[in-house]
Order: sequence, then structure tokens, then C-alpha cells
Amino acid sequence: MFRRLPKFEYLVPKTIAEACTMLAKYNGQAKVIAGGTNLLPQMKWRQITPGFIIGLTNIAGLDTIEYSESEGLKLGALTKIRAIEQSSIIRGKFPLLAQAASLLGSVEIRNVATVGGNLCNASPSANTASPLIVLGTKAKIVSDTREKVIELEEFFKGSNETVLGSSEILTELQVPNMPLGSAGAYIKLGIRSTPVDRAIVGVAVLITLNPKSKACEDAKIALGAVAPTPMRAKKAENSLIGRELDDRVIEEAAAIASQEARPITDVSASEEYRRGMVKVLTRRAIKQSLEQMK
Amino acid sequence: MKQAIELKVNGQVYELQIEPWRTLLEVIRDQLELTGTKESCSDGNCGACTVLMDNKAVNSCLVLAVEAQGKNIVTIEGLAKEGKLHPIQEAFVEYGAIQCGFCTPGMVMTTKAFLDENPNPSEGEIREAIAGHLCRCTGYFQIIEAIRGAVEKSDVAKRKA
Repeated sequence: MFRRLPKFEYLVPKTIAEACTMLAKYNGQAKVIAGGTNLLPQMKWRQITPGFIIGLTNIAGLDTIEYSESEGLKLGALTKIRAIEQSSIIRGKFPLLAQAASLLGSVEIRNVATVGGNLCNASPSANTASPLIVLGTKAKIVSDTREKVIELEEFFKGSNETVLGSSEILTELQVPNMPLGSAGAYIKLGIRSTPVDRAIVGVAVLITLNPKSKACEDAKIALGAVAPTPMRAKKAENSLIGRELDDRVIEEAAAIASQEARPITDVSASEEYRRGMVKVLTRRAIKQSLEQMK
Repeated sequence: MKQAIELKVNGQVYELQIEPWRTLLEVIRDQLELTGTKESCSDGNCGACTVLMDNKAVNSCLVLAVEAQGKNIVTIEGLAKEGKLHPIQEAFVEYGAIQCGFCTPGMVMTTKAFLDENPNPSEGEIREAIAGHLCRCTGYFQIIEAIRGAVEKSDVAKRKA
């Protein structure tokens, strides 16, 4: 790596539309910067060397946390991870999201990193991805001509690859209220016990129980770091729905999730270890969710 | 390629001409000659470059100097007042938390922001707070003790006041 960044020109758009126009104008030569905690290291390692950096931090209104009972949470893409971690709204209404935010890097990183940046960098292990996916989040994407809203699950195309076009910018995450009688958890396994490390395996779970029968009405399980993108363990989810979640049923779902995962062996962990840990973390995350509902 | 920027560091406003690719860390050390803030990993892993930006601990190696404008920046040099060490600095000295001293400015700045927000932390919270800092000398034990000592100092000071 180089300790100095490669040279670039820094552009300051006043609006998102202007930022999109700049991206279109410089056609592949330009990158937007949100917090910069992924972008700058990638540039120092010369993985990318954009000639133009488009600063988003001065555009008003991209970092707000808005909540309403009717519409749920609207999270600006430039919201800092630390703000998500500490937001009383998110801790109260979407605790697994606050939990996941608290497990991203160090305090120093969280004070600067943004949720939009975490998602657009699209690491297979992105901390905020799997919790937002189980929460049924939608992503608002803006270009200079139009805006669209897609399911966050459809946002990821491959490892470090999203569906964003070259002049599109993610501006907002829309998170619906958690269903009544639901609870969730996010567990991240790193190499060391400190969360500063990238996840070797991440599991997010959202369980909804029928208020009368206590049987599982809905289950969402999203796995991180065990496929090129964050992935839903749909077979595992289906194995839970309609059933009472005793230890045996949970164990079965955890085993199925472990089979659905598509981990690889890399410098951090082996495929076998990752697969084994999917089972452990899925079991734990389901149990943690149920604990919250007692 | 240089542009004019204005940075507020340790209460003083500096008018500088810098290129957009310079990080806050580079400008602090090279332009402002405030070399208390250290460069180690350069990519946000070690915490040696930690400064406070609007009272939040950040890795200055990952902040573009142009984007640090309009923020209140405090470096390790900004902690001592009129030659008197900040209680956190005193505690680090007393508890033997400083060996080679390279991680120390970063540790102290993070501790300052942490204790401002959480004046009565548990040991677990202290450990989490410094998770973004690597120390090759002490094994962290004395640093954690020093932070606890700083908490006690401020308790004693509050009771006396």
C-alpha cells in the first residue's frame, strides 16, 4: 500500500442531482465519497484510483433518521453508523439494527462511516446488510433523471458489486415497522473477540410469533460472509414457519441454514468452519430473538 | 491543484493551501507541525492517528483535509492547559500506561471523547472503547487501569468541587 492517496480533483455538488450529473459527466472516472472509511483505504491500496472524488457530506438532508408509526423508519444513506448505534428510536424500534451498527469496526470508524457506504461497498460481510434485509428494507436510488425504490435484497449483485448504475446514488433506506410480536438479533463472528474485525460469518434473524398459539408466523434469516452477497436462508426460514420453536426445530433450521450457505475458504477462515459457524450462530440468533419475546 | 482551506485546530484557525488528496493526518503533522498525532497503519486499523472532530474520535488518516473544514479539531497537543496535564494524561503517567508512547496520543484522545460521553464506565465498556487502538508494548492492562484511574480522579474532583 501507499501511505499517500493517489491524486484526484475534489468536487462539491450542492444537490444529489448535481452529484449524479457529475458522475455521468466523468463516466467511470469519478467516485462519490460518503464517510470514506472504505474508499480511502481502497485508494491507498491502489485498488481504485478515481481522478474525481465527489463529496456528498455537504448535501443537506441525506443523514436524517426519521420515524413514524405509519411509515416506519426512513434512514438517510449518509447517516453515520455511530448515529444508528446510539439512536434511541432505532434502539427502541429496531434493536437488531442498532446492535449490528455497534459491531461495525471501532468507535473511530463508526463516527465517520455511513450506512449507505457500508451497503454500496457491498462487502459480502457488510454489517448493516443482513439486518436491514431481514427487516424488509427498501432502497431509494437516485439518478439525474429519475428515482426508484427497490428491495434491498435485490441491491447486491456480487462481491463488492451492486446494481447501482454509474451515475446512480443510494440516498435513503426505508425500513418498515417490525411486525407485532416479532423480535430479531444480529450476531457477528470475527477472528478475534473484538468486533473491529471483518465478519467471518454474520447472521441476522427476525422471528414473528403468533400471539395466541406462539407458533412461528414468519421467519427471516439473512447470512453474511458466506456467499458473494448477503443471502437469505429461505429453506431454513420455511422450516420454522407454522411450527412451535422448540430446541429440536431450531436445531433443524440451523442445520438447514448451514447447508444453504455457500462459503469459501479464504485467508480468514475455511469453508468448513464457516459452514459450521452458520449453524451455531443461526441457532443462537433464533434463541436470542425468542428470549426478547418472553 | 492546491486549494485554500480553513481548519480550526486546538482552538486556533489556520488558513492553508493544500491539495485535495491530503488527509487531515498529513496536514496536522506536515503543515501544522503538530507531530503528537502519529501515523502507523494509514488505513484506519490502529488508532494511532486518532483526533477529535466535533468531540468525536476519528481516524485522521481516513479524513480528507478538505472535508475537515468547519469542524472543531482537537489533537493531543490541545489537551494540556497552560502546561498542566489533563487528568487523563496524568493517569496514563501514573499507571505506567506509556511505554514507547506511540499509541498513547490516540489512546488518550479516544479516552477523552469516551469519558466525556460515559463518565462512569464499566471495565467492559472501557475495553470496547479502546478496541480501535493497537498497543505493542503494554498488553493494554495498564491502559485500562489508567482509564479507570482517570474516572476516579474526576469523581474525586467532582466531590471536592
